[in-house]
Amino acid sequence: MSAIRMPTPDPAILARADAIRAALAAALPAECVVTDEAGRRAFETDALTAYRRLPLAVLLPRSTEETALALKLCRQHGVNIVPRGAGTSLAGGAVPQEDAVVVGLSKMNRILEVNYADRYARVEAGVTNLSISEAMAADGFFYAPDPSSQLACTIGGNVANNSGGAHCLKYGVTSNHLMGVRLVTFEGEVVDIGGPALDPAGLDFLGLICGAEGQLGIVTEVFVRILPLAEGARPALFGFDDAEDASRCVAAIIGAGILPVAMEYMDNLAIEITENFAHAGYPLDVEAMLIIECEGSTPEIDAEFARILEIAHAHGVRVVRECQSAMEAAQIWKGRKSAFGATGRIADYICMDGTVPTGRLPEALRRVGEICAAAGLRVANVFHAGDGNMHPLILYNVNDPKEQEKAERAGEEVLAMSVELGGCLTGEHGVGLEKRDLMSKQYTPQELAQQKAVRAVFDPEGRFNPAKVFPLEERAA
Amino acid sequence: MTHTPADAREAAEIVRAANAPFDIAGAGTRAFGRPPEGVRLSGAGLGGIVFHEPAEMTLRARAGTPVREVEEKLAEAGQMLPFEPMDPRVLFGTTGEPTVGGLVASALAGPRRLSAGAVRDNLLGVEIVNGRGEIIRAGGRVMKNVTGLDLVKITCGALGTLGFITEATFKLLPRPRAEATIVIRRLDDARAVEAMAMALGSPFGVSGAATIHAGMGREFPRTLLRVEGFKDSVAYRAERLIALLADFGAKHALLGEESERMWRAIRDGAFLAEPRERAIWRASLKPSDAPAALAALGTTALASLMDLGGGLLWFATDPTPQAAGEVRAALARIPGHAELIRAEAGLRSRVDVFTPLNPALARLTRGVKQSLDPKGLFNPGRMYAGI
Repeated sequence: MSAIRMPTPDPAILARADAIRAALAAALPAECVVTDEAGRRAFETDALTAYRRLPLAVLLPRSTEETALALKLCRQHGVNIVPRGAGTSLAGGAVPQEDAVVVGLSKMNRILEVNYADRYARVEAGVTNLSISEAMAADGFFYAPDPSSQLACTIGGNVANNSGGAHCLKYGVTSNHLMGVRLVTFEGEVVDIGGPALDPAGLDFLGLICGAEGQLGIVTEVFVRILPLAEGARPALFGFDDAEDASRCVAAIIGAGILPVAMEYMDNLAIEITENFAHAGYPLDVEAMLIIECEGSTPEIDAEFARILEIAHAHGVRVVRECQSAMEAAQIWKGRKSAFGATGRIADYICMDGTVPTGRLPEALRRVGEICAAAGLRVANVFHAGDGNMHPLILYNVNDPKEQEKAERAGEEVLAMSVELGGCLTGEHGVGLEKRDLMSKQYTPQELAQQKAVRAVFDPEGRFNPAKVFPLEERAA
Repeated sequence: MTHTPADAREAAEIVRAANAPFDIAGAGTRAFGRPPEGVRLSGAGLGGIVFHEPAEMTLRARAGTPVREVEEKLAEAGQMLPFEPMDPRVLFGTTGEPTVGGLVASALAGPRRLSAGAVRDNLLGVEIVNGRGEIIRAGGRVMKNVTGLDLVKITCGALGTLGFITEATFKLLPRPRAEATIVIRRLDDARAVEAMAMALGSPFGVSGAATIHAGMGREFPRTLLRVEGFKDSVAYRAERLIALLADFGAKHALLGEESERMWRAIRDGAFLAEPRERAIWRASLKPSDAPAALAALGTTALASLMDLGGGLLWFATDPTPQAAGEVRAALARIPGHAELIRAEAGLRSRVDVFTPLNPALARLTRGVKQSLDPKGLFNPGRMYAGI
């Protein structure tokens, strides 16, 4: 049995399930409605695969108008709505329920406008993150936030989760690049917020919507800021015999006023797992490794690495591998970005996502090790060191319920520790289902009530993505 | 009378006991928004930097802390607030020490907004007292945090209408070791925007792009492009930019103190500060629309400059409702918005200070206000009449 409780589906809705499916199918074009069981099965989970529920129906609108119509129909029938991008959420943000309709944005995947003079792009919400950058790479521009799932994940999902990525140390996260959205509300009303001007008018609704995990409405179109590509970029590998030296080195680099475009940390187990999979040339005989990337012209990159090297030597670096070619650089990043996937090939894992203040990283790493050792589980650490966003991957066997429970409990302890050290439960993956019941570790009852009161302005009935983000008992109160 | 709570708990008690509106202020150096009414609730008693962690690039300060105190502390460590906050006294003609709370509430970022983001982009966390007299913490002190609904950004720039800010935590940046400003003379608006777009579309890390129109210190317009960083890198990028913009007549660069002075003046609205009686506006729009917007404003704009590559227009008008009406009419068909940032209280109570909201956004604005401040205690009407 799974540890995360799902609410009991509304029996009245389940009793009318066939009638509701028939009504949806009658009102929307056939290609936008999935009602057969095999078809719905494809939407029963996301990347938190331990949790699955067969949705009542799946709607795949092709336009804002069809989305508005879909939401009006859902409202008429009194069903809950689970918005979905590519379903890559690691936190169960897109896991549906039996009495809910999934509204997927995958058919809305057009890039509508690219404006280099004003440095923005207007895209539909189902466009994948990477395809935005690919569409403009030849012209020397890119879209900065780069989650590891960028090949599959959609910009709509990125907006819902305020996604980060390896390069957000320099460039920031989704909300820092979001200029506008077209939001469809629960009433089916279409609201434009922001647009091609850099700063929107009035209250910062974009800041509220970005990261709201789909609970304020469905975003169908997005204005993102685009940036010119750097003249060049080059990663290098720094191997340490002592994991704490590696994390102290990160703090020292930032303290020296150097802000590389990315600083990624991998421990020995993470290196071994990814190297076996990606053959990126990672050093296998070190306790911890940093991937540090610098940008600019060749002399600028050389100068920045010279400064970093000096600091790394002062922190006992043993292996330094500067990258000699674009192919090598691609291999290094391929290894890092496939870390989760490679881990998934050798074991089941749960991926934690807490952030701690970077000064507490050595302590945090030590305690993650202790927590997992006490549970008798292996842990691989691979994360964004520059911003303290940790990703311990706790390995377990999904077919062993006892071990799954142990892993989930260890994960909870790790997250409680993140909060205790001055950090937070989730840095970029979102609360979703997974961390919902831990929210009271970070927030007081008044704070949670305040967040829910703001949510209710947009969705008074709590129809969008229910049973996510806020603890269930809190919701019932 | 004035309430000056010494900490968040005391502020919460004052709010819980209240049944009439507050006029929230720090040092009162930003006479921005519609004129306040009510009993003064001052953040001035909430002083002091809570922590500064140079190696984490974070700082937390109580709301009444003078911005100067923060900036001095950061300068010692070679760091800065990234968004280049203005000194509001230059434009508003006020005295006193601008505070951290005012900085967050007004959210006025400077020219580096282009490369380093707005105030909200660098605001990691806030503590506020809501209208129920509850102490609410939002965000935190770490760079990445998506835990729960983000109430940090909506607080920023709300002019104190959603809560009484008691504390704020900022992300910092290393202070650039060097800077240079490339100057191009005599470009008309269209060419100026084109030159700025070319610079901002280049890989050379432009962190300031402004055009100061003729009549403000010189008889010809000046387009200015700033690069910042380590010394060698600044020299290299300035040289490359001059080469890139040779057709526009880019030749020389201002260095060091001279460059810093120029951007400080742009940041503070110093070019428009005199004469004091004029109304001052800021309009946010698509950079390529800036020439059309300036043309539409015509002689209503008595003086103007373009910042953020043309994405932000600063302009002065006569301090009359008629001029305000002309501004709204001229910009009506151009996507974006305009705010009347400086005018005497009489004018600010008679005209819309912010671009009026459409019905959907008005409903959401009212709803969010209501959810945080159900009794309407905090700066009622400061942004929009009746909200």
